[in-house]
Amino acid sequence: MTFLNYLISGISLGSIYAIIALGYTMVYGIAKMLNFAHGDVIMVGAYICFYAVSRYSLPPLVGVILAMLVCTVLGIVVERLAYKPLRSAPSLAVLITAIGVSYFLQNAALLLWSSNPKVFPNAFVINTIDEAGNPVVQSSIDLFGGQLKVSFVTIATIAICIVIMLALLWFTSKTRLGKAMRACSEDKGAAQLMGINVNATISMTFAIGSGLAAIAGVLLCSAYPTLVPTTGSMPGIKAFTAAVFGGIGSIPGALLGGLLLGIIEIFAKAYISTQLSDAIVFAVLIVVLLVKPAGLLGKQIREKV
Amino acid sequence: MEPILKVDDINVYYGSIHAIKGVSFEVQEGEIVTLIGANGAGKSTTLNTISGLLHSKTGSVTFLGENLAKVPAHKIVSKGLALVPEGRRIFLQMTVQENLEMGAYTQSGKTADADLEKVYAQFPRLKERYRQVAGTLSGGEQQMLAMGRALMSRPKLLMLDEPSMGLAPILVEQIFEIIQNLHKAGTTILLVEQNAQAALSVADRGYVLETGKVVTTGTGAELLASPVIKKAYLGG
Repeated sequence: MTFLNYLISGISLGSIYAIIALGYTMVYGIAKMLNFAHGDVIMVGAYICFYAVSRYSLPPLVGVILAMLVCTVLGIVVERLAYKPLRSAPSLAVLITAIGVSYFLQNAALLLWSSNPKVFPNAFVINTIDEAGNPVVQSSIDLFGGQLKVSFVTIATIAICIVIMLALLWFTSKTRLGKAMRACSEDKGAAQLMGINVNATISMTFAIGSGLAAIAGVLLCSAYPTLVPTTGSMPGIKAFTAAVFGGIGSIPGALLGGLLLGIIEIFAKAYISTQLSDAIVFAVLIVVLLVKPAGLLGKQIREKV
Repeated sequence: MEPILKVDDINVYYGSIHAIKGVSFEVQEGEIVTLIGANGAGKSTTLNTISGLLHSKTGSVTFLGENLAKVPAHKIVSKGLALVPEGRRIFLQMTVQENLEMGAYTQSGKTADADLEKVYAQFPRLKERYRQVAGTLSGGEQQMLAMGRALMSRPKLLMLDEPSMGLAPILVEQIFEIIQNLHKAGTTILLVEQNAQAALSVADRGYVLETGKVVTTGTGAELLASPVIKKAYLGG
């Protein structure tokens, strides 16, 4: 049962990584840049949700929607102000700018919200009454006669991840805008010749990625409830790793990479060493990239002449 | 008669390299016009400038009476001007049908469905392979897909950049047949080719480009017969 428990925790953590990795992979696919500020968008989303729920007593769902709105706008604004002017600049300049945006967001959060950790409220609870008639806050469900305890956050995280993944696959394979996005990621010039507005498509991609980051932020802080301005950076790096692991640019790759990374991390913590878990995660990445440099589901493009 | 396309004194630079030096020419409605010239003469640059992917420092490109200088590339196709780019540039990871759908991006869903049938009728090979990923097609099929994709936008003027490049002679013949059929069906065509022989034999008129300038012009037959052209471009 403990094994199953760890596995579920791993899948849940992996689902969060996967949702973040989607933002990395979609933006990379279309703008061919690594948006290292993506992790910090998670943090902003978590703060917005925290303030909406804890300070202004709004219902958690409203908090999540508010966080998504703010992050979507933030994503679009960052792209317009910081990345769009560098569209034809060398990729190193864009990379450094992304790191700059990351520090800017962290420090802005430090100024606005201070470095005092905020305790994130768990929204995934059910208020019930026990046998004695006292109100009880239930945050998990017991399975197999109490041998397996699964929190609602875990269940919600996995479910939300599945829904997001299906929605994105549907969007990119069935809708006009989604197909235009794929066309842009292959050849921007040819996409323009089709009449596709490439700048608008890139904005849309940043908007989607950042909106997903907000969801990931709320889920992450519901599971690990300490919120500080650097909350987003480590999950951001892990999710970036997951995206590379699965094959950057590939949406199913982000899911696979995220899940594997989460499971490996939890198992490493449980069975090997808590301190070494990150080292183990990154060692696995190195081995995978040695064998498959394009990542697990990365596309090897063959061109015909 | 007012030409459908009028290119007037365009100058295009790649950084400090002056690639197009005051090129002017025009295309009348219903014509096949060809631009011929050696590698690096500026043929593709000219087409990319007309379609808005590159910009001219001076002069103007007028299409159906409208100056395209300030029109962004993605808005040009809906005006009836489509380019089949050099190297085809189809979306290799998308299916044949998705490529064609992208061609109809500016069209309504209804016209796109009707046009899809038309393109499939014209290129039965594409219909056979409609669910296949475009990267798995042969070179000739890819060229047909690129042409079909451009036709999906219902162009009044179709620009083709080196459609015969890298194709076996039998396929080149086929592609030129298709070009003539499109022309008969009423599409005006601006054709850029290194295969001057083939291009001039289908063209009404031709312009010869050399290092970014128009050096000669005439009807297709005149240029084919001209001794200078023969020597420089027709191998004898």
